[in-house]
Amino acid sequence: MHLSSRRELLLGSGALFAWACLPKLARAEGRDPRLLTIILRGALDGLATVAPVGDPDWVALRGDHALLLDGKTPALKLDSFFALHPAMRNLHRLFGAKQALVVHAAASPYRERSHFDGQDVLESGIERPGAAASGWLNRAFAALAPGGRAAARTGGGLGVGPVMPLVIRGTAPVLTWSPTRVLPASDDTMARLLDLYQHTDPALARALDGGARTAQIARTDGMDKPILGPQPVGLDQIRAYFTEAAGTAARFLARDDGPRVGALALDGWDTHFNEGIANGRLSQLLGALDGAIGAIEKNLASAWKDTVVVLVTEFGRTAKINGTEGTDHGTATVALMFGGALDGGRVIADWPGLKTANLFEGRDLAPTTDLRAVLKGVLRDHLRVDTAALSNTVFPGSADVKPIDGLLTS
Amino acid sequence: MTNSRMVDAALALHRFGLGPTGSSLKAISADPRGALLAELDRSNAASVPAANLPNSSQAARALFDFRAERAAKEKMAQRERKAAEAQRMAQGMASDDNAMAARDNPPAAAAPPANAPIELPRQLFLNEAKVRIDAATGAEIGFVERLVWFWSNHFCISAEKIVSMVGPYEREAIRPNVLGRFGDMLLAVESHPAMIFYLDNIESIGPNSIAGLNLDKGINENLAREILELHTLGVRAGYTQTDVTRFAKVLTGWTWLPLRGNPDHGGEFVFNKRMHEPGEQIVLGKSYPDIGLEQGRAVLDDLARHPATAKHIAAKLARHFVSDEPPQPLVDRLEATFTETGGDLKEVAKALVKSPEAWAPERRKLKRPSEWVASGLRLTSIRPPLGRILQAQAQLGEPLWRPPAPNGFPEDEMAWADGVARRLDVANEFARLLPDESDPLAILDTAIGPLASNETRRAVARAESRQQAFALLLMSPEFLRR
Repeated sequence: MHLSSRRELLLGSGALFAWACLPKLARAEGRDPRLLTIILRGALDGLATVAPVGDPDWVALRGDHALLLDGKTPALKLDSFFALHPAMRNLHRLFGAKQALVVHAAASPYRERSHFDGQDVLESGIERPGAAASGWLNRAFAALAPGGRAAARTGGGLGVGPVMPLVIRGTAPVLTWSPTRVLPASDDTMARLLDLYQHTDPALARALDGGARTAQIARTDGMDKPILGPQPVGLDQIRAYFTEAAGTAARFLARDDGPRVGALALDGWDTHFNEGIANGRLSQLLGALDGAIGAIEKNLASAWKDTVVVLVTEFGRTAKINGTEGTDHGTATVALMFGGALDGGRVIADWPGLKTANLFEGRDLAPTTDLRAVLKGVLRDHLRVDTAALSNTVFPGSADVKPIDGLLTS
Repeated sequence: MTNSRMVDAALALHRFGLGPTGSSLKAISADPRGALLAELDRSNAASVPAANLPNSSQAARALFDFRAERAAKEKMAQRERKAAEAQRMAQGMASDDNAMAARDNPPAAAAPPANAPIELPRQLFLNEAKVRIDAATGAEIGFVERLVWFWSNHFCISAEKIVSMVGPYEREAIRPNVLGRFGDMLLAVESHPAMIFYLDNIESIGPNSIAGLNLDKGINENLAREILELHTLGVRAGYTQTDVTRFAKVLTGWTWLPLRGNPDHGGEFVFNKRMHEPGEQIVLGKSYPDIGLEQGRAVLDDLARHPATAKHIAAKLARHFVSDEPPQPLVDRLEATFTETGGDLKEVAKALVKSPEAWAPERRKLKRPSEWVASGLRLTSIRPPLGRILQAQAQLGEPLWRPPAPNGFPEDEMAWADGVARRLDVANEFARLLPDESDPLAILDTAIGPLASNETRRAVARAESRQQAFALLLMSPEFLRR
C-alpha cells in the first residue's frame, strides 16, 4: 500500500489498517506506544554532536574543532561532562524537560568501515552484512503478532521515502509514503564528483563546476542578495525535506488508526572534508535535523507522550580531524533519542576516554555500549516485545547483549 | 577472456548501443563486433510492437475530432451562460454592474481535478513514447535503436507543431528503412504527411497551377531547402537559391488530404495535381520533365545518389558515434560504402562496426540525454513513471520528439557539456529509487567494469550510501561517455 500524497493521510477517513500486529501488552497497560526510527546515513560524527567537554583530552584531540561551553559558538550544556551541538536547540530543550536521552560511545556490532555494510548491519540487526532482506524493526513488530503471524491482510509499519529503508522491511506489512519534494544532489555528492572528474576527466570537471555555479546563481532570489554566498547549495531544500519527511511520519503515527512504528533515512553525514562543525555543513545539517525534531514533536500532538524516536547511524568518525578539515570513517558514536515516553535528561555512557591508547585501533572513539542493548531496551519496555524474540529473531544471536533497563518512564 | 575483448564489449554497448543490461557485457564479450553485426541482421530488427497504436492519419483525425468536440462543448457552455445571464437580466436579479462584470470576465475555466483523465493529445504521445522507451530498455545491445534515433533526429519533425504524428512518423517512415536504402527512407520521409506539414509544404502551390492561378497563391520553399541543406547534400554543398526555388516548384502538390470534411479520411499524403506547378524544372543542372508526382521522386532519387549526400551522411554518422572530429579514413570508408552500395544503410552500419578507428579507446563524446537516461534504466529494474522519464529528458535539454529546429538536436559535444550539472540532479533522483539490497560495486561491474578507472571504483565504493554510490556511477565519466 502506498499513499501518494499527504492529502490522503489528512483527509482520508476510516481506518488505515485493520491491525494485525498491535502492541497488545502495552495497550493492556493503557498505553498506545509509537516508535519512530531515523537512520542517519553516512556516519554521524558523534563527538561533534555531543562533545565530551569534561574530558581532559578533548581540546588536545580536536583543537580548534572542539566544541566548548565557552567557545565562539558555545555548546549547550547537557551535564557536567557532555554538551550538545549549538544547532540542536529543540533537542536541548527536550533534554531539559527529561524527554531526550543520549547514549554515547555506542556502536552496532559492525567493526569494519564500509558504509554499505555498516548500514546493512545497523538496519538488518544481523551481525553479518548482506545477510538479510528484512530489518530489526519489522521483525520486532512482527513478533508482537500472536503466534508470529504478522503478515495479515493489511496493516503494519510506516516506511518513509521512495525506497523503504531496510530497517523496516520484512514480513509485517508496511505502508510507504514518499515526500512530495525531491532532494537535490547534495553538495557532498557534487564535491565527490568534482574530485573524481578532476582526476579523470578535466573537461567534465569544468562543465560540472560551471553548471553548478549557474544553478547556484539561479537559486538566489534577487540581485541584491549575495550571488555566491556561504550557504551550501540546496540547504533550504535539505531543511525542507528533513522537516517534511519526519514531520509527516509523525502525523501518520499520531493518528488513532495510524501505524505504530515507522522508519526513515536521512542522508548526508559523511563529512570527509570541510566538515564545518561549528558553523559549516555539519552545523547546518544538524540544524536541519533539529528542525525535523521540532516538527515531529509538534505533529505528534497528544501522541507525543506515547512516543519514542531513535536516531542511529551506521558508525562514527575518526576521533581526530583529518588533513582536509574533516573526519574519516570511525567506530563508536552517539545514538539520540527523544519522545514523551522516555525517562530522559541523561547521557548514558561508559566513557572510554580519548587518550590515543583508549581509542579503538588508535583512531576511533571506542565502542563501550552495544547499540542493540539500547534498541532492545526500547523494544522491550516500550512496545513490550518479548525478550526471547529480541535475542532470537529481532537481533539474532544477541542473547549476551542485555537490554538497557529504565529507558522509559514507568 | 582477454581484457581487450571485455573492453570492446563495453565499447560496443556504450558507443554503439544503449549501454549494458545485467548480463549483456558477458553475453557479447566473446565477439563484440559479431554481436553488433548480428543485431543488424535480425529480421524486423527496427520494428516495434504497434498493433494497438493508430497510424499517422488516424491519430491526426482523432486529435482533430477531440479538438472539434472540445470547441463545440465550449460554444455550448457559452450559449448556456448567455441564456442564464439574459434570464437574470430579465428578472432584474442582477444589477447592471454585475451584468457588465459577468460579460467582461467570463468565469475562468475551472482547473482540471487532480485525477482528471489524461487528455487525448497527451495520451497519444505517451503511448508512442512508451513503445520507444520499451524498445530501448528491452534491446539486447541497442545498436539498431541508436540508428533509429540517429535517423529520426536527422529527419526530425517536432511535436511542438504536430503532436499527433511524431510517434507514428518514426514507426512509418524511419523504422522500416533504417536498415534499408537511404533513397527509400528519403522518399518515405519527404512524402510523409507529418514532414509535409512540419515543413509547410501542404500550402505550397505552384503559381501557374490551376489552384495557384485561381487563388493567386505561390510556393513555400521550406521543405525543398531543408531537404537540400539538412536531409541530403548538406549546407554549402553547391546548390543555389535557384535550385531551391525550382525544387520547391517540383514539390508543389505534395500535400495531405485535409482533416475537415470526410470524418473517415484526412491526414494522408496525397499528390494534388491542381496545386502542382506545370512544366519541366532544372535542378542542380539536370532537367526533370513534369510527370506529376514522379517529377519529385526523380529529384529525390538523384539527391540520394549525389556524392555530396554520401559525404554528408558519412561524416555525420562518424561524428555521432565516434568523435566530433572523426578520423578521415573512417569517414572515407563510410562514404565509399554508401556510394558503392547505392545507399544501403545496413552495409554502412556494418562498415562502421568493422572500422578499427571506430573502436579507439578514447571516449570523446558525451551520451545524449536520451541515451544516458536509457542506459541508466537498462542497468537495473528501477522504472520511474514514464512521465518522469520524459520530464528528465526534457530537463536535460532533449525533450522527446521536440527538437528546437529542423536541424534536430546537435551532434557536437559542447552542446551537451553544459548540462552535466543538471544530469547530477536527475542521477540523484533516480538513485534514490535504488533498493537497499543492491550492491553498487556489482552494478559498477555490470555497467562499466572493463572501462572503470581506479578513481571511479574508489568513489563508488566510498560513497556514504548505496544511493549516492549509484548516482556517482551514473555520473562517472565512463558511464557518461560513448
